[in-house]
Amino acid sequence: MIPTLPETFDAASAEQPLYGPRSYQVLSGNDLGTQLLEISMGPQHPSTHGVFRMDVVLDGEEVVKLKPVFGYLHRNHEQLAEKTSYLGSMPYTDRLDYFCSMTNNWAYAHAVEKLAAIEVPERAEYIRVIMAELTRLVNHTCLIGFMVNDLGALGTPLIYAFREREKILDIFEAVSGGRMMCNYMRFGGVRVDLTSQDLKRISMIVDNYPYFLDEFEKLLTGNEILMSRCQGVGVLSKELAINASITGPMLRASGVDYDIRKVDKYGIYERFDFRVPIGDHGDVYDRYMIRVLEMRESIKILKQALKQFPSAGDFINPNVKLRNFRPKAGEVYGRIESPKGELGFYLVSGGGTMPYRYHVRAPSFINLTILEDMCLGEKVADVIVILGAVDIVLGEVDR
Amino acid sequence: MNTALITQNFPKVIWEDASQSFVVSSADLIEVVYFLKSSPDLAMDFVSNVAGVDWLARQEKVKNADGTETEMEKPGYLEVVYHFFSMAKKQGPVALRCRTNRENPIVPSITPIFRGAEFQEREIYDLYGIRFSGHPDLRRILMWDEFQDYPMRKDYKEPDDYEWEPTPHDEVLEKSKQHASKSSS
Repeated sequence: MIPTLPETFDAASAEQPLYGPRSYQVLSGNDLGTQLLEISMGPQHPSTHGVFRMDVVLDGEEVVKLKPVFGYLHRNHEQLAEKTSYLGSMPYTDRLDYFCSMTNNWAYAHAVEKLAAIEVPERAEYIRVIMAELTRLVNHTCLIGFMVNDLGALGTPLIYAFREREKILDIFEAVSGGRMMCNYMRFGGVRVDLTSQDLKRISMIVDNYPYFLDEFEKLLTGNEILMSRCQGVGVLSKELAINASITGPMLRASGVDYDIRKVDKYGIYERFDFRVPIGDHGDVYDRYMIRVLEMRESIKILKQALKQFPSAGDFINPNVKLRNFRPKAGEVYGRIESPKGELGFYLVSGGGTMPYRYHVRAPSFINLTILEDMCLGEKVADVIVILGAVDIVLGEVDR
Repeated sequence: MNTALITQNFPKVIWEDASQSFVVSSADLIEVVYFLKSSPDLAMDFVSNVAGVDWLARQEKVKNADGTETEMEKPGYLEVVYHFFSMAKKQGPVALRCRTNRENPIVPSITPIFRGAEFQEREIYDLYGIRFSGHPDLRRILMWDEFQDYPMRKDYKEPDDYEWEPTPHDEVLEKSKQHASKSSS
């Protein structure tokens, strides 16, 4: 039996518990008196990119309320890292954002190097930049593939993206031994040096990538369906983006000029000439476009890095101890611009071999904060695309 | 960036050199955070990182005036560490830390000022058990809702049934004896 309702009831502002019994009986602006429908999208939904659930309340097709629910992949990564040595958690960082293990490694190495005041040789810095920018190409290419897949273009663009990704993963495999779980960086450098053959293969990929991007963009950028599905959908204002600590392409699509490569100038990024693309609508289409433009800038960085690559030198600082590595007591917050946003590591050292506190500032975890704000009032089919454009990886969200 | 502004405006805020951060009492936290955001010189509009840290009670040697040392018990505490950056002026970080006791930890929530703290505070509540007063939606976020303990605390003991045992015996029973009193309370 349907309980009676108060005369005026505003569904959007009413505070109702998300769990436990409740009644939805509302309707504003619709004389039919239809019911609100609460559905659970996920955790095994093909387009939630992993085990992620959204508790969505729908008024017809429109989203009235949305709460993300996650933690299905939680393994308390932070506590594991607090119970192992500093170097011991390097392979675990691969498993955070398993698309971008190189940048995860770098972020962690960067924080530890800041903590223990370790210098990185020039050649290692170049290798790191090359690997990080290749990772950015992998991540953004795949993300666009997934996002278009979420739009309903099943398969084709994703396979195109995966074809290119596999070429880069071959390089990762050649230098580190693993396609995705690279475990490549070490404190003060990288684990294995690049050979001239690797460099040749990288420059071949870099030279050919623009042609792939042109082809990819020809399929997508001017595509009428993509435009009508993405433009004006999931708009995020500049003010809310800053206030909600959104970082990465999401933030820049909303029109904020903030790229940690430019702001902190970590590593050797000040040596490269590249631009930071900025969106002006803050919708899904801008987020797509920003990623395409960022890939083109990454190619520019890669070309410069390959050109300037020092022919000799150490690839790792030989003075860093591998065993019994004890940074002096203190704390540090180190951050880099990972493809998904600001990836930071907050470390507290008590002077021992294990970090006293190890915290990951995961970009896609924090970027989910405003998922509800972007989805309210949108159609349920657009929720999938909006989530796709946030670019989450559950290994990092759940940690 | 003139961080001395903070100690000038809030004399109770202490600069801690070892950790390169400001120690703020929970009574002042909201005002200090609001000042960081609204001050035109600092313009800290972006809270990058919010993390909890657990410090257990420990014995510390304190030097007396006559050169002898006495052992003092330093009580344990939980703390929340905030890292602020400025997107407008591209500067930072400013680190704040707010300490609270381990028995009844309450820290005011900065979510009404910075939405970006919403999930991070929920995570700290989930893993450390610090309650954030004024948080609009303080629920567990990574652990499941029925979970009882706070797993990131340094004195956390994992429950006996972390792996399901049809007939608990030997080691498992020994282990459960060690903290039987805790689970019954």
